[in-house]
Amino acid sequence: MARLRQCAIYGKGGIGKSTTTQNLVAALAEAGKKVMIVGCDPKADSTRLILHAKAQNSIMQMASDAGSVEDLELEEVLKVGYGEIKCVESGGPEPGVGCAGRGVITAINFLEEEGAYTEDLDFVFYDVLGDVVCGGFAMPIRENKAQEIYIVCSGEMMAMYAANNIAKGIVKYANSGGVRLAGLICNSRETDREDELIIALAERLGTQMIHFVPRDNVVQRAEIRRMTCIEYDPSHSQSDEYRALANKIIENKNLVIPTPITMDELEELLMEFGIMEAEDETIVGKKAVEEAAVAAA
Amino acid sequence: MAAMTREETEALIQEVLEIYPEKAKKDRAKHLAVNDQGLEKSSKCITSNRKSLPGVMTIRGCAYAGSRGVVWGPVKDMIHISHGPVGCGQYSRAGRRNYYIGTTGINTFVTMDFTSDFQEKDIVFGGDKKLAKLIGEIETLFPLNKGITVQSECPIGLIGDDIEAVSKKAAKEIGKDVVPIRCEGFRGVSQSLGHHIANDSIRDWVLGKRDGDDSFETTPYDVAVIGDYNIGGDAWSSRTLLEEMGLRVVAQWSGDGTLSEMELTPKVKLNLVHCYRSINYITRHMEEKYGIPWIEYNFFGPTKIAESLRTIAAQFDDKIKEGAERVIERYKADYEAVIAKYRPRLEGKKVMLFVGGLRPRHTIGAYEDLGMEVIGTGYEFGHNDDYDRTLKEMGNATLLYDDVTSYEFEEFVKKMKPDLIGSGIKEKYVFQKMGIPFRQMHSWDYSGPYHGYDGFAIFARDMDMTLNNPCWKQIQAPWKKPAANAEDAQRAAGGL
Repeated sequence: MARLRQCAIYGKGGIGKSTTTQNLVAALAEAGKKVMIVGCDPKADSTRLILHAKAQNSIMQMASDAGSVEDLELEEVLKVGYGEIKCVESGGPEPGVGCAGRGVITAINFLEEEGAYTEDLDFVFYDVLGDVVCGGFAMPIRENKAQEIYIVCSGEMMAMYAANNIAKGIVKYANSGGVRLAGLICNSRETDREDELIIALAERLGTQMIHFVPRDNVVQRAEIRRMTCIEYDPSHSQSDEYRALANKIIENKNLVIPTPITMDELEELLMEFGIMEAEDETIVGKKAVEEAAVAAA
Repeated sequence: MAAMTREETEALIQEVLEIYPEKAKKDRAKHLAVNDQGLEKSSKCITSNRKSLPGVMTIRGCAYAGSRGVVWGPVKDMIHISHGPVGCGQYSRAGRRNYYIGTTGINTFVTMDFTSDFQEKDIVFGGDKKLAKLIGEIETLFPLNKGITVQSECPIGLIGDDIEAVSKKAAKEIGKDVVPIRCEGFRGVSQSLGHHIANDSIRDWVLGKRDGDDSFETTPYDVAVIGDYNIGGDAWSSRTLLEEMGLRVVAQWSGDGTLSEMELTPKVKLNLVHCYRSINYITRHMEEKYGIPWIEYNFFGPTKIAESLRTIAAQFDDKIKEGAERVIERYKADYEAVIAKYRPRLEGKKVMLFVGGLRPRHTIGAYEDLGMEVIGTGYEFGHNDDYDRTLKEMGNATLLYDDVTSYEFEEFVKKMKPDLIGSGIKEKYVFQKMGIPFRQMHSWDYSGPYHGYDGFAIFARDMDMTLNNPCWKQIQAPWKKPAANAEDAQRAAGGL
């Protein structure tokens, strides 16, 4: 049996991490791979397309109801969905209270202790909330966890900023453990020259754009039905895109310690592609009235 | 050994610093000084209230300890919730021996531990709901409590529990004071910030409750005892002297104290401050807001007691001044008898101290009354205004050590060879095993009181009992003693 590969998906909030992850995992399952998804987001929406559920009962919610995490059994929190994909959600608090990061740590420790990482698994995917805001959300990339990081991004400025920041986080853990950046997944927003831009960014970060996923409304149509595109319309060209991504990931050997770039370098790159205008230093700190006075003179 | 000269003490500091890496040496050097009575400001010779160095064994506590343990804990008719995991509350429970009168669990609660006992789920989902539930349960089970404080442990500050909102809501529901305190242990460099935070919470949530209410009948002789935590009954043996000289003690902060006394304190004429370090913030506030003056006093040993009684009396009329003299006279025979009995047994003995709030300077006079000399002293968490007050109390060329590390303390002791050490429980067994008599000067080694004339008799007895205990002659292992004859020597060497 091949060694278990653990992968984590990061990226700016709202970029489509959960949708991309679930479609990708569905394609892997279709190819005969045994996969588990671990949702690491208090919103607990990383598995709904696989389970056709609204939101899965999360580990932390169940633990809270039962009294403590020690009172939980793995079967209560691990559900099996499309393509025999195993699904768990760490869960966490409502916005504004408690500590979601600790929830991720507790949940992952629970999975390890309860033996969720079984021999037959080929892949585990961690779908992690937006930014690596604290130690808890870095849990999936610590030692003995995910070795491969995929960053979902698009040709938008903020998505690229986030990708670069995540690369910085990876460097920290790459030096202390074995985690590596495995590629950027471009989830298209149909901006100009998006593929070239992400390829250029990937190069600067020392990695690859592993796949360009075009935008297609079939993904949303499937989502409304709480399904992946793969399951909803297997013959659609979009499903082939996810299959292509899945195959590239299966074959991927390009694992690197990223070389994050400085803010200036990133802005240069954005200007090169016309996403950002060159800054006019003379207008910094000028109020509207001052500008009007200058214009009038 | 003979007293050390300034040069010798300076050389000792250099020698002890030698082992440190450069950066640590530079830092620690600022915290070690040779006393110079000629200085007015301690900032010329010593630095204090700074972060301890990583890697050293510091003796300090945390902000939670300063608030829960020191300032709020002794307020006997309130229930103090240790909000967070169980350990902070349980391991600090009843440790400071703050004596009080009352029926524990009915109308007083000092030695009990109330905690929200955080579990994983409380960290992840927040502990505010549990806190609200806990307050409700307390009210049901202990209806005679006069109010509740919420003492924050570290996680509270990390997960952002809104204890203020819970407290306000609960206070309305139970119709009593519920005081939230942000004394998370990681705040500040020692317990000192915890004292300050606790003082501020009293200012914001307690004082002022009786503003505009004149129903409390005052007298010209009303005072409050501030900063006596009644360890081993200290506040009682102090209060009696003040009352005997004609003053009325309206409030005791906070040893054997109550919420109502704290609320009444703004009505007094004078605040009498014992532990300046932990409580000066609130007396300064009362001075500013209510115009109540405050003075410090020292009730350790007859010399300082007489001095303090006269200083206090000087703030009042002749009746009180006469009262002070009367008190001093009344106890004269008693304390002279104590000195007559113990001084010959303790004369010339050298003492090294390392304690908390006020004892590193306040106890010096009591030792001197017994003919003993304090050759080294230091504060766990003092600030420079504490050292300012220490310079004149200590002899010239004696040693001052701020936030001493366990290594430094041991080295100083090895070189200075004191006859007695007064410090805390963590130091006690180290020095006893070195064969040096030791008194635990935080809790009076389960004895006390040491304040006042009554306390002095106990202090003198305890020092004698410790120092002249026959056990110290037995400290050397028999096989390490010089052999009495050849056969013994051979046996000692394992030959027989």
